[in-house]
Amino acid sequence: MLESDKTDHIKLLYWMMLTRAVDDRTISLAKLGKIPGTIFSQKGHEAISVGAACALSAADVVAPMHRDLGAYLVRGMTPGRIFSQAMARSTSPSQGRDVNTHGMGDIELGIIGYVSHLPQAMTVALGAAFSFQYRNEPRVALTFTGDGASSEGAFSESLNLAAVLKLPIVFILEDNQYAYSTPSKYQYAITDLAARATAFGLPGMTVSGNNVLDVRRTTIKAIHRARNGGGPTLIKANTMRMEGHALHDSAEYVPKELLDKWKAKDPIANYKKMLYEKKVLNRRTEKLLLEQINKEVSNGEQWAENSPYPDPSTLTEGVYA
Amino acid sequence: MPEITFLQAINQALHQEMEADNTVFMLGQDIGILGGAFKATEGLFDKFGRERVIDTPMCEYAFSGLANGAALMGLRPIVEFQFADFISTGFDPIVQFAATHHYRQNNPLPIVFRAPWGGGSYAGPFHSQCPEAWFAHTAGLKVVIPSNPYDAKGLLISAIRDPNPVIFFEPKYLYRSQSGEVPSDAYTVDLGLANVAHTGDDISIITYGAMVPEAITASKILHKSNISCEVIDLRTISPLDSQTILDSVKKTGKVLVLHEARKTAGIGAEIAAIVSENAFEYLDAPITRVTAPDTPVPYSPPLENAYRPNSDSVIQAAKTLYYF
Ligand SMILES: Cc1ncc(C[n+]2csc(CCOP(=O)(O)OP(=O)(O)O)c2C)c(N)n1
Ligand SMILES: [Mg+2]
Repeated sequence: MLESDKTDHIKLLYWMMLTRAVDDRTISLAKLGKIPGTIFSQKGHEAISVGAACALSAADVVAPMHRDLGAYLVRGMTPGRIFSQAMARSTSPSQGRDVNTHGMGDIELGIIGYVSHLPQAMTVALGAAFSFQYRNEPRVALTFTGDGASSEGAFSESLNLAAVLKLPIVFILEDNQYAYSTPSKYQYAITDLAARATAFGLPGMTVSGNNVLDVRRTTIKAIHRARNGGGPTLIKANTMRMEGHALHDSAEYVPKELLDKWKAKDPIANYKKMLYEKKVLNRRTEKLLLEQINKEVSNGEQWAENSPYPDPSTLTEGVYA
Repeated sequence: MPEITFLQAINQALHQEMEADNTVFMLGQDIGILGGAFKATEGLFDKFGRERVIDTPMCEYAFSGLANGAALMGLRPIVEFQFADFISTGFDPIVQFAATHHYRQNNPLPIVFRAPWGGGSYAGPFHSQCPEAWFAHTAGLKVVIPSNPYDAKGLLISAIRDPNPVIFFEPKYLYRSQSGEVPSDAYTVDLGLANVAHTGDDISIITYGAMVPEAITASKILHKSNISCEVIDLRTISPLDSQTILDSVKKTGKVLVLHEARKTAGIGAEIAAIVSENAFEYLDAPITRVTAPDTPVPYSPPLENAYRPNSDSVIQAAKTLYYF
């Protein structure tokens, strides 16, 4: 294996491990009472958000949803800013005005912050893609949505409009088998959500959402197509939401056997295993990775905790530009 | 100065801003090939092409969301809703994303959401609505409703150049019925400033949109009975120009709020509250509201004529108020 390929594998692993570490630490902070709002669990989604975001070039933009912590990190959002957002501090991307990954945008990093209303990020990404097409720039917009959100009218409107305007955009549909407590069988009646794409005249692919290489490979193809005037693609990534919908949700409605089955498919553990087998990873490298990640996480946490809360006197500022 | 219609004033503003700034583009239904259901966008498609004047599929949600993303990336979208009534299908991206974006994310979001608005043309419950209160109740949006060709052009140019999302409602009753002198060059009329459309001493009629000409007609007739009315044309519904309202109220002591939207929780209620909070001691009579009743907009001419206020209903209410 080439040295560059090895570095590349380690990078993907690093981003997934960092995503999980930030997620874990946020949950602990919440349990310690340091987070006033809620947070959405990321477990099961690391390979999708990291794999897809790693397919982007620097000038591209991403419009994530609430399970895409990995995409934020890959685009350069620091753990400190993520913690500060959760802890409602003034140094956060929303200056303490928006909750968890909502409104955690940074245009400089090519991240568009989302509003809660699913799947609105898809429509905003249409506009980013439109602006690239309008100015003849070789840039692409990437956006994410969920199986539940795919039932909303805006999902269909977005696929149709993207196809009609032939926009340089890639939609990732994260099918994690649940929308809050609602299982897929109550959400849609077709066998494969990717078929929705065909109905609107764009290609629909299915990937294993627990295989970071598979996600990235397919996204790269779709991005290449979009960048070269080929129009939009829908990629459906299968996975399982491994914890409750959000912090408060113990998710007793999910059968234990289902979770056990998917636990064996953990995106990070399996990728690691493969890298050990390929001799890309060894104990020393893993230890170094862990040390680096722990340092980033604890430095970030400290920075966030030392950040001030927003001053109530600023409450009414900035309603208008 | 050339005399043109309200509709031509809108069309001129669009042409001139599209020419002046190539980040400005338009999207909506039937705005290109057809030139718009009311011809507000006539000639734009031929001049600027499909790249900048986009006939979209029927998808108010998706194209409003598209405008949000395009504005974030440095463009200045102008979205046309075929009728103000259909803005409800695109409500979510406007009130959830556009309105809150600057407060949460600190980026400007220059978008104009335009729509032919209001009644008077016997178009029934779904082509006559006045939904401005929905948007005025949402923090972060500007809401503009002009009443004459001069303001229509100047306010639209200001709205296009504004760094915020602006809801721009065009009283379609005035499109062809109102003409006036309009400079042929581009000019701006400031957002957020009301206009004293007619000066007077006895009663302040506070209104906007297609009710402004009705109020002016009423004032002229009332003048013959020695009742002197001042007509305040709000022009911008949000943010409201409280200063101009209060200055007038302090002078007259009597307030008549007039709008063609429904009464309950309408803009008139807000104006009444502003007046009683800030100028209570100047009032010589209770505040009067002349508005549409709390019903859907009916179709049949005798019904819509009874639904929609006009100069006669203003005269009647003003007389009662004057002799209070
Ligand atoms: C329009 C809208 N309705 C309801 C909600 C509340 N809500 C938040 S997440 C969620 C479930 C989303 O399911 P899915 O799209 O499958 O994404 P997942 O959470 O499973 O990743 C719901 C109902 C929302 N955010 N937006
Ligand atoms: Mg789901």
